[in-house]
Amino acid sequence: MSVLIYIDSADGHVKKSSLEALTYGSTLATQLGVSAEAVILGNSNDDLAALGKYGVKKIYHANNDLLNHVDAQVFTNVIAEAVTASSATVIIFSNNVNGKSIAPRLSAKLKAGLVSGAIALPDTSNGFIVKKAVFSGKAFANISITTPVKIIAVAPNSYKTIAGEGTAEVVLLNVTVDTPKIKITAVNKVTGEVPLSEADLVVSAGRGLKGPENWGMIIEMAKLLGAATACSRPVADTDWRPHHEHVGQTGLAIAPNLYIAIGISGAIQHLAGVNRSKTIVVINKDPEAPFFKAADYGIIGDAFDVVPKMNEAIKKMKGL
Amino acid sequence: MKILVCISKTPDTTAKIAFTDNNTKFDNNGVQWIINPYDEWYALVRAIELKEKDPSIVIHLCTVGSADADPIIRKALALGGDEAIRVNADSHDSFFIASQIAEVAKIGYDLIFTGKETIDYNGSSIGGMVAELLNLPYVSLATKFEQSGNKAIITREIEGGEEICEVEFPVTVSCQKGMAEQRIPNMRGIMAARTKPLKVVEPIAIEALTAITSFELPPAKAGVKLVSPDNVEELIRLLHEEAKVI
Ligand SMILES: Cc1cc2nc3c(=O)[nH]c(=O)nc-3n(C[C@H](O)[C@H](O)[C@H](O)COP(=O)(O)OP(=O)(O)OC[C@H]3O[C@@H](n4cnc5c(N)ncnc54)[C@H](O)[C@@H]3O)c2cc1C
Ligand SMILES: Nc1ncnc2c1ncn2[C@@H]1O[C@H](COP(=O)(O)O)[C@@H](O)[C@H]1O
Repeated sequence: MSVLIYIDSADGHVKKSSLEALTYGSTLATQLGVSAEAVILGNSNDDLAALGKYGVKKIYHANNDLLNHVDAQVFTNVIAEAVTASSATVIIFSNNVNGKSIAPRLSAKLKAGLVSGAIALPDTSNGFIVKKAVFSGKAFANISITTPVKIIAVAPNSYKTIAGEGTAEVVLLNVTVDTPKIKITAVNKVTGEVPLSEADLVVSAGRGLKGPENWGMIIEMAKLLGAATACSRPVADTDWRPHHEHVGQTGLAIAPNLYIAIGISGAIQHLAGVNRSKTIVVINKDPEAPFFKAADYGIIGDAFDVVPKMNEAIKKMKGL
Repeated sequence: MKILVCISKTPDTTAKIAFTDNNTKFDNNGVQWIINPYDEWYALVRAIELKEKDPSIVIHLCTVGSADADPIIRKALALGGDEAIRVNADSHDSFFIASQIAEVAKIGYDLIFTGKETIDYNGSSIGGMVAELLNLPYVSLATKFEQSGNKAIITREIEGGEEICEVEFPVTVSCQKGMAEQRIPNMRGIMAARTKPLKVVEPIAIEALTAITSFELPPAKAGVKLVSPDNVEELIRLLHEEAKVI
């Protein structure tokens, strides 16, 4: 029996969210007294055996060129074979873009109960109960999975990666690969930016900035901190910033270590997408702005005065 | 072409989130219900736009829910769509709901639209499950959708960017921002919706795979530590030394 972790990669490299999934899965395996194993699909440029330091003992590698691009339907069938090979009773995904398209398919295929967006290890003292954020982060639900095989998709940034010692045995998984029904015709990646869903630090701004021409100081702060940029919905709606930066109840839900909100009022729908951030800093000129109630640190002041000063202070702290 | 749009009902985004029965049930008291925004703004409106270009397109709406969902489905019909099917069952288990939708969809649709996720249970699972149950390709997180003959051309979000793909119908697609712009139903639509068929069917027997055992509210924040705008360096020091986040 095992806990089997799906390792998601992009361009031949393992994603950070997968290291979280590996840590989560191997900790769970210890908790259940079973072995921790993993599966990776497609060619890899990383040293897979070295992933043993996250606690996995064995990695099934479906090293097939046809698997270099994620197709949920094709991947589901390959992962199902790994589940059989490893006699897995729990399968772990990161609840990232790929996890969200593969885990539900696998759940339906194996009739294995799925909890997506888990934020903690399951409570296995009496049954198998997984905690996840619901109502866009306004509450948590404890969900019992009642099937023999279980699937958990772990919310990115909610489980800390722990690296120890160890190497994993890498075994090739020979599988027949179906032809994908979906043909990819173009991929446009914004290079050099930190993807928002995986970012530890996020600098976000709202309508208080008055117009897109004022984003220079926000981008500068993000660069200085190595942070991703985000925005409120009206900012994306008016095309001041691209849609993928929109966070909140109807945008992306994120849980970085640090969320800096500049000129954002803190409407309930905005908070819903960011209130699981570990530390929230609010810069707003209105002392009554609702965001201050959800904040850990705040400055009541004009962003056009405070943000440049913050950038100088960050430079000073970093010795730049 | 036949399109099935999956519609779910969620509490209004400003609804007070509270629980009853020893924290095992969502407190419906005073809650306004809306069409899940992703289903309404993006999935349904995009389907309506496609039909406006090609009036031969037939749009069916499907919801799995008790009679409480009827006002929501009527509102959806007021926006557009030819008829609605409600599967008469209340469940929060994604697999149960997906199985009911798959059963409805068996008669054959070229396109099944779902929202990216429900804003109450946040599963983002049902589209993928329906696709697997029907052995269809599934394009998740679509931001653009065009039809070109027997193919769909779809732009979808990937981490750090987007990809454009082509797929032959039938296909299941989950929809998010970018697909369409929010619309408000007009009087004509509201009147027309009253006479559009709303079929109620009984659910098929399906064993749920999960069950909610309890809810919790997040712990309250300790309160904000304010720093003067004349002492910005102090904020950076606190973030570095106290919060240890930078
Ligand atoms: C169904 C629904 C879903 C929604 N989903 C989302 C969502 O997902 N995400 C989201 O963000 N919103 C969402 N909204 C919108 C939300 O209700 C708010 O309208 C929106 O978040 C406000 O954006 P804002 O804070 O940027 O703008 P505003 O509310 O206009 O706030 C601007 C803030 O900037 C401050 N300010 C102004 N000038 C300065 C200055 N010089 N220096 C410092 N501060 C300044 C002001 O005091 C104010 O607090 C949704 C709404 C609905 C109805
Ligand atoms: N009860 C339901 N009836 C019909 N469709 C639903 C129901 N619940 C969810 N859906 C559809 O599935 C999508 C994803 O839901 P979820 O997996 O719960 O996040 C929603 O956006 C809807 O389009």
